Amino acid sequence: MVFFLQNLFNGIMLGGLYALIAIGYTMVYGILRLINFAHGDVMMMGVYFAFYAATLLSLNPLFSAIVAILGAALLGFLIDRVAYKPLRNAPRISALITAIGVSFFLESLAVVVFGAIPKSFLKVFKDRTILNKVLTVAGARIPLLTFLVIFITAVILIVLFFIVYRTKIGMAMRAISMDIPTTALMGVNVDAVIGFTFALGSALAAASGIMWAMRFPNVHPYMGFMPGLKAFIAAVFGGIGSIPGAVLGGVLLGLIEIFLAAYFPAVMGYRDAFAFIILIIILLVKPSGLLGKKIVEKV
Amino acid sequence: MKMEKKLSARTNFILTVVFLIFMALLLYLADRYMDSYKLRVVRLIAIYGIMAVSLNLINGITGIFSLGHAGFILIGAYTASLLTLSPEQKAMSFIIEPIVPWLANAHTDFFTATVAGGVLAAVFAFLIGWPVLRLSGDYLAIASLGFAEVIRIIALNAISITNGPLGLKGIPEYSNIWWCYGWLFVTVLFMASLVNSSYGRALKAIREDRIAAEAMGINVFKHQLLSFVIGAFFAGVSGSLYAHWLTTIDPRTTTLGPMLTFYVLIMIVLGGLGSISGSLIGAALFAILFEWLRDLEEPFTFFGIHVPGIKGMRILVISAIFILVMIFWQRGIMGREELTWNNLYRWLFARRRGGEEK
Repeated sequence: MVFFLQNLFNGIMLGGLYALIAIGYTMVYGILRLINFAHGDVMMMGVYFAFYAATLLSLNPLFSAIVAILGAALLGFLIDRVAYKPLRNAPRISALITAIGVSFFLESLAVVVFGAIPKSFLKVFKDRTILNKVLTVAGARIPLLTFLVIFITAVILIVLFFIVYRTKIGMAMRAISMDIPTTALMGVNVDAVIGFTFALGSALAAASGIMWAMRFPNVHPYMGFMPGLKAFIAAVFGGIGSIPGAVLGGVLLGLIEIFLAAYFPAVMGYRDAFAFIILIIILLVKPSGLLGKKIVEKV
Repeated sequence: MKMEKKLSARTNFILTVVFLIFMALLLYLADRYMDSYKLRVVRLIAIYGIMAVSLNLINGITGIFSLGHAGFILIGAYTASLLTLSPEQKAMSFIIEPIVPWLANAHTDFFTATVAGGVLAAVFAFLIGWPVLRLSGDYLAIASLGFAEVIRIIALNAISITNGPLGLKGIPEYSNIWWCYGWLFVTVLFMASLVNSSYGRALKAIREDRIAAEAMGINVFKHQLLSFVIGAFFAGVSGSLYAHWLTTIDPRTTTLGPMLTFYVLIMIVLGGLGSISGSLIGAALFAILFEWLRDLEEPFTFFGIHVPGIKGMRILVISAIFILVMIFWQRGIMGREELTWNNLYRWLFARRRGGEEK
């Protein structure tokens, strides 16, 4: 029971982090039908921004996180403007290949600017004693950090749902995801809304990345690749294009991963392979995901 | 195409034979007189060429956007290396866990090992193709990328077969200029005949519109699977040549991981998706550019300003070029055209007459 509870919290935490990244994928895919391959790398850049804001500018952790999130949002906006906007009317495969190029570019940019040697994120929190505190819940020993991450993730999700479902720009986003030309005819500035979507998704990815680095403090230029891929799988799992689906998919993926590794330690080395096997199974059994709409292939 | 002047089949044949003899002579001279570093690049061009042509069959000609090529290259590389390493070498390099007995004494010549690498990659492609090819478009891209990662993770963890993270060392450097270009010749010949056969036309039809192709009575799944398996076979072959060129392989992301798939993707996009000769040009350009840009990572002086060498600079430059190509020049160098004698003749002498077709 104690073991179960411990893993349950770990799974929810990891799943929440996946969910925050997955939302960025799902929003962009819902609007542009584009897998933004560079999304995981935007997360990585966000972590580096936080790292340097804290070490070079010696801001406190909260401010450095805000700086990093704003920086990542700007980066996401710029990526859309520079790389994807010229390709709006091109075949979809061109945009996908460009996204791979952007991912590649960001990784090598990080190698050139920040260096390839992994850095320790622990430096950001010179005084981490509070976060290292361990709480005991029904006998299970769970670090305060885990609760903090779950709490922050939940708050971010509530704010996001408010933006998407209760504000004007959220309404514009939802309208664009249904039909771009009609929405444009209604007087909505489509490019601005798409830019906002990229910025919002990138901000969420950066927030997730910073919490990721608090938990796994090894920061390096390729750190965004795996979480990015898995978050995409989470988005597909929940039904791509659906924000609640991305949250559900992320949490489920995190739980599955943690529990498989916890109860079958023999397959620990293959942990990163689970997600892909899950992806294949879902796509074969229920291609539209858990909460997705069924898409009919048009002739 | 209607009133176009064409070269006769005989002229075509003679030109091809002359060209091949000329190339062979050139390679002989290169082999004889080039220094070993330049020769390494020349051999790499052929290996990249095989990788690019095989991926182009899948991506450019059949229109299956697969990102799993590195997985097949990895299978070819490991299979062939395990077969060419001598039993003593294997016993020595497997430190963490001893090698499984059925593999310990397996030893063949380079040619058999290369074919075995190709065949095993093709078998994997067949098994992977069954589930993956039922998906389409973006999902297929991610699923195939995932499969390549799974293969890499297996190579990392199946220690008694692959030696895990330590990788294989001391692989004999069998990939000389003749093996590399011989295999490249076989690959191009095979692909060219495949593309010009009725199978090839069916594959192109699937690329243009799979639903229409299905309606015309083409078994889309079967054709896609065939293309996937053939592409994987040659990827396996290129993997064997690559391993015997590198002499050391390990399952890191940069040597045999997603990075390699992206390199090959850059080659075929640069050369033109759907053009075999374009792939070869793309591969050659990539190999040369990649070596030439190595200078950027060394310290150099630029107009009196001393610039210290920056690690990773060449990949940054290459990816920037790649993005620019995609935005401004999506068709790449060749588009879907092929470099044939007819086209060459037309471009050189008959360009002004008549309009551009298409």
